[in-house]
Amino acid sequence: MEAAFSVLVALFFGVGIYLILSRHVIRIVLGIAIFGNAVNLLIFTSGRITRDGVPIIPAGSDLLAGPAANPLPQALILTAIVISFSFFAFVLVLAYRAYQEIGVDDTMDMRISEPRDDQLPPMGY
Amino acid sequence: MLLEPVSSGDWLAIAPVVVAIALGALLLMFRHYLRWQALIASGGLLVMVASNAALLHRVVAEGPLVMTMGRWLPPFGISFVADTLGASFALAATFVAFVCAAFSVVDIDTTGRRYGFYPFLMLMMAGVNGAFLTGDIFNLYVWFEVFLIASFGLLILGSERAQIDGAAKYAVLNLLATAFFLIATALLYGSFGTLNMADIAMKAGGLRGSAPVTTIAALYLFAFGMKAAAFPVNFWLPASYHTPRLVTAALFGGLLTKIGVYALLRSLGMIFPLERAQLSGVIEWVAIATMLLGAMGALAQNDIRRTAGFLVISGVGVMLAGLAIGDTVAIAGTVLYAIHSMLAMAALYLLAGAICQAGGSFLLSDLGGLYRASPLLTAVAFVVFLTVASLPPGSGLWPKVILVGASIEAGRAWLSFAILFTGLLTTITLGRVFILAFWRNRDHGEAAPATAGHLAPLVVLLVPILLLGLAPEEFIRIADGAALGVTDSAAYIRAVFPAGGQ
Amino acid sequence: MRTLIFRTAAPYLTALMLLFSVFVLLRGHNEPGGGFIGGLIAASAFAIHGIAFGVPTVRRAIHFHPIAVSGFGLLLAALSGVVSLAFGVPFLTGIWVSPSLLGMSVDLSTVMVFDIGVYLVVVGSITSIALGLEDREDE
Repeated sequence: MEAAFSVLVALFFGVGIYLILSRHVIRIVLGIAIFGNAVNLLIFTSGRITRDGVPIIPAGSDLLAGPAANPLPQALILTAIVISFSFFAFVLVLAYRAYQEIGVDDTMDMRISEPRDDQLPPMGY
Repeated sequence: MLLEPVSSGDWLAIAPVVVAIALGALLLMFRHYLRWQALIASGGLLVMVASNAALLHRVVAEGPLVMTMGRWLPPFGISFVADTLGASFALAATFVAFVCAAFSVVDIDTTGRRYGFYPFLMLMMAGVNGAFLTGDIFNLYVWFEVFLIASFGLLILGSERAQIDGAAKYAVLNLLATAFFLIATALLYGSFGTLNMADIAMKAGGLRGSAPVTTIAALYLFAFGMKAAAFPVNFWLPASYHTPRLVTAALFGGLLTKIGVYALLRSLGMIFPLERAQLSGVIEWVAIATMLLGAMGALAQNDIRRTAGFLVISGVGVMLAGLAIGDTVAIAGTVLYAIHSMLAMAALYLLAGAICQAGGSFLLSDLGGLYRASPLLTAVAFVVFLTVASLPPGSGLWPKVILVGASIEAGRAWLSFAILFTGLLTTITLGRVFILAFWRNRDHGEAAPATAGHLAPLVVLLVPILLLGLAPEEFIRIADGAALGVTDSAAYIRAVFPAGGQ
Repeated sequence: MRTLIFRTAAPYLTALMLLFSVFVLLRGHNEPGGGFIGGLIAASAFAIHGIAFGVPTVRRAIHFHPIAVSGFGLLLAALSGVVSLAFGVPFLTGIWVSPSLLGMSVDLSTVMVFDIGVYLVVVGSITSIALGLEDREDE
């Protein structure tokens, strides 16, 4: 099962990186979203995929009755999803604002903070 | 031991984070009471400085201090582990933030306050302190994100075109860096089945040097290197750090890259020392390239804020040099340099703010005549420039002496050459700034004298800088203790697992 | 979107969803649910109300600024962890009291206070984003 998931994770990473390498901001943002989901899947796979029961200790016992699924990756993924969701919302709004303000979607033309004709410091008095 | 009552002194490990979050929340609630915001924020930061000082004092005297959340035994609960490294970084960072809060009184206008500069500042400091004090690697990721999202808020305060442009690059590249951090953490969890740093350091013995662990260490190097703005993943820094308000730039330049360095020390230095040794050659060349390219970049800038941005980068290179060598002396040099860099880089950005207030511009081509207008500002600037260039009497001298000594000792000639040559380039850069902005006659108009509101925070910041430069013994002792905690994790592990683990 | 049917149904929907969000928030301590999902339900209730009657109506109805609500939630969550200081246990340890109310034992805990804090943070921040976006559409 892990092997199949690894292939899926690799696929997600591939798509994400391909989009991030683009020059267009909106594709980069979408690429980051996919990249984040690839990471979440990776955490899920790292926690091992089993078909065991829920990890709840029955009443009156101190130990688990038998093998149980690992609950931790889901807690980690939930945290990561909430964080990446809010970042995605922020970056999306930021990209939209950048498009409104600068008027381009091409990162090669986003040179407001680093102008192409930046002059050198004075070479003498 | 963990089930014994926790004394209120143990709360020092968590106090800065709790205070920062609670005050940040309070400021968020009363966002429109603009008059009180600065006062509450600086008061809160002063409390945090005091609490971090008490924490450092205790940690130096008694060893690492552990508090595990919710009384879940480690490695299951999230531990906060304050050792000398984390506590000293947290103290320096909080002090810088306090000075910046004092400077913000003159730098942040009403609009900035209404948009929530102070709540963002407090929440960012919660993230920064949390990152320095946590003992759980996934928790470290969460604190990274906390200060990152607060830093986004600070970065676009004002919503100018250049800010949006810079923020877009900053946001995208930093998000990628944390994504890589998370990839490494996922693989780490898959290999070790634990996220508690002490537990990992303990369990790493069995898997030392195997391919997965080396991969994880390399990924951490990449992710934290990107956070620290090391070459070749440093391009987000010069694109964004000169765009926000000066206080924000000072906070970022002072604190954020150093968190990347801290995380590198923690992950590669403490958890994966053997893998660090394997990667040492890579770190060495990254360090040399970062140092030299940062200094050369600074040399080519007309805008003094961008000069400062490139100097932040070259400072990161110097810190990486210590990590490349990796023995206790070199790590101590890195720790000391990081503390120096927090103070000095914040001072450099605040100085840029004072220069702009007095001279009316950030551009070297427009500045001039500041010496005549404001001798006091000139004196402060002179000391700050000496400090950043690592010359006496500033704080940069001793860490560089230690690092050059350690690199010669380790037989790494190129490293020591790069450190010294960077110092030369930095001296030339800042010397030129001094000549052009202060000594040169002004072409047009008169420069204004610097105001007390701009100068007082700078003078406060100069106190620890000069103290570190003139009486370094105590600082070096603390840095040695911090470095010992990195190279020998036994005390750290013992603090988290008093019974010797399971 | 402001059809007669939607505007007639919206107040009932909003009220029901708010009630359900509190139910989910409290239920989370024994069964699936909790502050986060409860907060999302409440925020969507406000969003629906905003679509039906306009953003100013919602802002008036909430009275407090959404960001202030989320600030209060954050404060509540942070302080719920500090309660354990008085009992000599680490930060965020759950402290329980079970007072008898009308002959029933009611379990109250700092964990619940923390969860209410999370609820308010989510309600405040998501409502603020949703109202901000709806505001922009009106322009």
